[in-house]
Amino acid sequence: MDSEAKSRTKGSNAARRQFLADTARMACGVGLLGLGVGLYARHATALPPAAIRPPGALPETEFSGACIRCGMCVRDCPYDILHLAKPEEPMSTGTPYFVARQAPCEMCEDIPCVKACPTGALDHKLTDINQARMGLAVLVDHETCLSYLGMRCEICYRVCPVIDKAITIDTQTNARTGRHTRFIPVVHSEHCTGCGKCEKACPIQVAAIKVFPIHMAKGQLSEHYQLGWVEKEKAGGSLVAPDVEHRYNLPEGMKYELGQGLSKLPPADVAPAAPGAAPGLPKAFQGGKL
Amino acid sequence: MSAAPIRPGAEAIAAKGWFSAHKWLLLRRCSQIGILLLFLVGPWFGLWIVKGNLSFSYTLNTLPLADPYVLLQSLAAGHMPEKLALIGVAIVVAFYLLVGGRTYCSWVCPVNLVTDLANWLRVRLGLKGGAHVSRQVRYWVLGMTFVAAAVSGTIAWEMVNPVTMTHRGLIFGAGLAWTVLLAVFLLDLFVMRHGWCGRLCPVGAFYSLIGKFALLRVKLPARAACNDCMDCFAVCPEQQVIRPALKAIGGTPPLILEANCTNCGRCIDVCSKDVFTFGTRFGSPENASPPGQRVN
Repeated sequence: MDSEAKSRTKGSNAARRQFLADTARMACGVGLLGLGVGLYARHATALPPAAIRPPGALPETEFSGACIRCGMCVRDCPYDILHLAKPEEPMSTGTPYFVARQAPCEMCEDIPCVKACPTGALDHKLTDINQARMGLAVLVDHETCLSYLGMRCEICYRVCPVIDKAITIDTQTNARTGRHTRFIPVVHSEHCTGCGKCEKACPIQVAAIKVFPIHMAKGQLSEHYQLGWVEKEKAGGSLVAPDVEHRYNLPEGMKYELGQGLSKLPPADVAPAAPGAAPGLPKAFQGGKL
Repeated sequence: MSAAPIRPGAEAIAAKGWFSAHKWLLLRRCSQIGILLLFLVGPWFGLWIVKGNLSFSYTLNTLPLADPYVLLQSLAAGHMPEKLALIGVAIVVAFYLLVGGRTYCSWVCPVNLVTDLANWLRVRLGLKGGAHVSRQVRYWVLGMTFVAAAVSGTIAWEMVNPVTMTHRGLIFGAGLAWTVLLAVFLLDLFVMRHGWCGRLCPVGAFYSLIGKFALLRVKLPARAACNDCMDCFAVCPEQQVIRPALKAIGGTPPLILEANCTNCGRCIDVCSKDVFTFGTRFGSPENASPPGQRVN
């Protein structure tokens, strides 16, 4: 082998080595950067609970791939409730959200924010604002809720845009006083849009009712659970055995009340007590649906 | 003659006058600031000419414009955009096919104002050297952003993209976005010359790919008049694009066909011999010589 050819091979070897080294350097450097960016982006798909997406937003994992952070929804919101996330905020930079306690969604019937979205990150299939599911309201703190404390508040119920469907009032006995009613707001996930008006309107220092992302707020029964009364209604009758009216097997002239034990029936009232006249309940609750 | 080095463009100022020697620079600053103002008069004064930002904008409720790069990332993340965004992409791609992809960098992008400032200061302070990073790195970064989008299912790069972060920050409120911009400024000032726009930025890399086929080009009809003053080389943000066309390396026609020429026109400004001009990629500027043939 002559020396010239040898040195040429050597030279091209060196060039090849240099090329490979350069390529590896760039690939590794950029790969590291990519790893950082990718992990950061993954972290940011965990939306903080107080940040609520506009109506029609795709599920969070899809949303951060679909939203191009243009802010058109922010601009077309007539109530100016939407913000774009700043880099230091713990969510995808530049994506839109609102904070219910500051300014809730006013649920415009024409849903301008969804119409403005050029990518469909806010799903254009949402045309009825009552079908929006931005989150789910939860009466999260029973210890501070004025209704639970026995006061007449029910503000969340009054301000609910889907009143009597998304929030209803459940009347209960106030066990503390023994003579009053508690008017408890109850949220129904079937109708709650997550607009956050209840959270905004809650009159105490920190809202007792809050809107959470649905996946945080909603429980789910295991698949094998079947609700007897639902199945019964579906089947049009009892599935197990014919219903029989419950009766206690008691000695003659005795009655039994839960929590009070056995007692003698008054001699005049040998027949079983009428259903609406159960003793032990305040007079106001006797009769009617309670 | 004084001992201080003559700043590039001095000859051109002497030959053509200050305004002629800064014509394209001034026009470019007007374009950059003007476009920014179009976006800003809405939130500042309630005058809604343009809504949105550089990712997607809607002008006078009729003209949709969308950034093809961000939408490609969205596609890589697995989402198909609505029609309006697609129309916006088509308009933008068509526009940059006409005027040159990286024209975006020098005439539109707000970060360019900052990196130009860093470079100006670098020259003023006489800072030399710094880290060497290949100009090819941006294409690796570009590829990485698509991989990151596909793997994470999110538009991952948008979490940190200084370009969109700056523009969005100016229009919608910046928060700590200025820290990212400051990082870019310091990178260009102290770490490497033309570091961000010239070596790392994947947005520029993406637009350069569109620019490969673009119509508008810097031409050198009078390249024979070049007196090797090197002023064009000194001011060019992508210096590697000039030499082949100016020196007819490998029979290159007098036409800058390199994808990374940003069409900033600064070389036209600073040339006292008027070697450069804007033109289309077609036709031979040196009438006597067909393209592909060595002329001087």
